[in-house]
Amino acid sequence: MSFIDIHGLKKSFGPVTVVHDFHLAVERGEFVSFLGPSGCGKTTILRMIAGFETATAGSIAIDGKQVAHLPPAKRDVGMVFQAYALFPNMTVAQNIAFGLRVAKKSAAEIRTRVGEMLDLIKLPDLGDRYPYQLSGGQQQRVALARAIAVKPQVLLLDEPLSALDAKIRVSLREEIRALQKDLGITTIFVTHDQEEALSMSDRIVVLNEGRAEQVGSPFEVYNFPRTRFVASFVGTLNLMTAVVVDAAAGRLTLDGRDVATAKPIVGRRAGDTVTVALRPEAVNLGDGTARSDTLPGVVEDVAFLGAVVRIRVRLDAQTVTLDTFNQPSVALPKQGEAVKLTFAREDLLVLDGDA
Amino acid sequence: MKKSTFGPWLAMILGAAYFLIPLIGTLEFSMRMKRGEYSFEAYKVVLGDPRFQESFSYSVVLALVTIAIGVLLVVPTAYWVQLRLPKLRPVVEFVTLLPLVIPAIVIVFGYLRMYNSQSWLPLTDSRRGTDLLLAFGYVTLALPYMYRSVDTGLRAIDVRTLTEAAESLGAGWATILFKVIFPNIRSAILSGAFLTFAIVIGEFTFAALLDRPAFGPYLQLVGANRAYEPAALAIIAFVVTWACMGLIQVFGAARGTGSKS
Ligand SMILES: Nc1ncnc2c1ncn2[C@@H]1O[C@H](COP(=O)(O)OP(=O)(O)OP(=O)(O)O)[C@@H](O)[C@H]1O
Ligand SMILES: [Mg+2]
Repeated sequence: MSFIDIHGLKKSFGPVTVVHDFHLAVERGEFVSFLGPSGCGKTTILRMIAGFETATAGSIAIDGKQVAHLPPAKRDVGMVFQAYALFPNMTVAQNIAFGLRVAKKSAAEIRTRVGEMLDLIKLPDLGDRYPYQLSGGQQQRVALARAIAVKPQVLLLDEPLSALDAKIRVSLREEIRALQKDLGITTIFVTHDQEEALSMSDRIVVLNEGRAEQVGSPFEVYNFPRTRFVASFVGTLNLMTAVVVDAAAGRLTLDGRDVATAKPIVGRRAGDTVTVALRPEAVNLGDGTARSDTLPGVVEDVAFLGAVVRIRVRLDAQTVTLDTFNQPSVALPKQGEAVKLTFAREDLLVLDGDA
Repeated sequence: MKKSTFGPWLAMILGAAYFLIPLIGTLEFSMRMKRGEYSFEAYKVVLGDPRFQESFSYSVVLALVTIAIGVLLVVPTAYWVQLRLPKLRPVVEFVTLLPLVIPAIVIVFGYLRMYNSQSWLPLTDSRRGTDLLLAFGYVTLALPYMYRSVDTGLRAIDVRTLTEAAESLGAGWATILFKVIFPNIRSAILSGAFLTFAIVIGEFTFAALLDRPAFGPYLQLVGANRAYEPAALAIIAFVVTWACMGLIQVFGAARGTGSKS
């Protein structure tokens, strides 16, 4: 049995259902991200776990205990909000102490714990400041300290970094992850930033319109997206349509050319149109080997992105984008030049769902 | 082209004159009690009058009670409406505005009918009961102002997220209300309180009809029977009111530094 068990969770606001039949099992100490576009229901699911919304159907169990009927205060779940939500009338130390006071801890215990927390978030000298005297990044760290000071069973973070600027976002996400590992606290992290999700998580839940499209490690979700939505949302992917020739042998035609996948195509028949995906970094220029396929095309555009050069090549009806490292010693193709594209059969993914 | 500032200035001067001339006139008159010289004799008489002291302190106490009841009634209500029943806000706003539309005399006759000695809750039977009824009446009178101040204060903070943050830390509603909500709308509550104070101090209708020795009926009594003292009383009442307004300004300004988020 998992630490957090979510089963058949559903949420409707009036006639609109925003979360459909959501299942998730989170292990103790795991860091799980909810990744998805705006409005896909990430916050709603998180708020149901925290107890701020009641589920229309389904169950939530934490450590084997049903919590769906409990008010937020009884769930032992810490929450960090996008807008920090520090109490403006209290100092940093008082904010961190709030949950401990509510729990009626002794003054000495509170003092010690607040000191520990301030050290943990690397703001040991700012205990007497008020929230408005802190930067956004500092405020969010205080909010984090406040949430974990009471040692909750589960920590929920709803886009805690999206109000911060890019540099702080990166450093704070590393800090949060390090801290989470140190404390071993089971964490659910909501974000719409794929880089954040990929870099921090043990597992990612990719959400689309209130459904989990794929659940997997960052490696799996990035390299083996199962649906067109996941493929397009996580990283930049070439999505093309192809027609199945022989499902068992994994053979297809793409713009009239023969290509193949390493694995058989399951659940498809000859003549079916499918979506195939190809990572830009998996495509190379030049002739292939026996384990790869080659497609002819014409260079449409060459863009420098610093270390990487992104080249767009038109096949027949479709285009493919490929990334190569910028090596000054190697000449790049020019616009309008005829080239050959090659990619390993393992890298050509056939996605679920309609093309 | 430079815009002429003549028009605005003229308006300013006319407006100021409209307010200040009667005030200066009253002040000047109130200081003429001693023939041939300016003095504060009228003020001395007024302030020395035991009935002044009694009625004034009665009204002050009543104002404080009114404020306490009003705050305890309005803050949780406005908080709850904002948090859970935002759709009800127009209705609640309308209700809180009713005391401005319904004349005080109608309200007080309503009260007298509801709570007279033959009613199920005969508040008017005892003096304490009547005092309480008067305080409730004043809560009603001050409701539009108190509600508006508190509501504005609540809108300035993120009530919902702060509540949720406190809830997730294990706090119950009383802790949330008294430790999180009240302190963060303190200045708004204070403005409402000073407005309430100013209203209660000068109120006549309720106090007269319920026959309580408040400051308003005393003002009327003196005004009907004396020459210089009413002018002095008017100035005193005016100063009290303006002191309240000034305090609202002070606490309103303090909000800027206290609750930037
Ligand atoms: N209280 C509510 N009443 C009605 N609809 C709501 C309510 N809360 C959320 N919704 C709807 O539910 C859907 C999911 O909202 P949710 O806030 O969970 O999205 P999200 O994935 O967190 O998006 P974002 O990335 O923008 O925060 C949205 O379409 C939203 O309009
Ligand atoms: Mg959200």
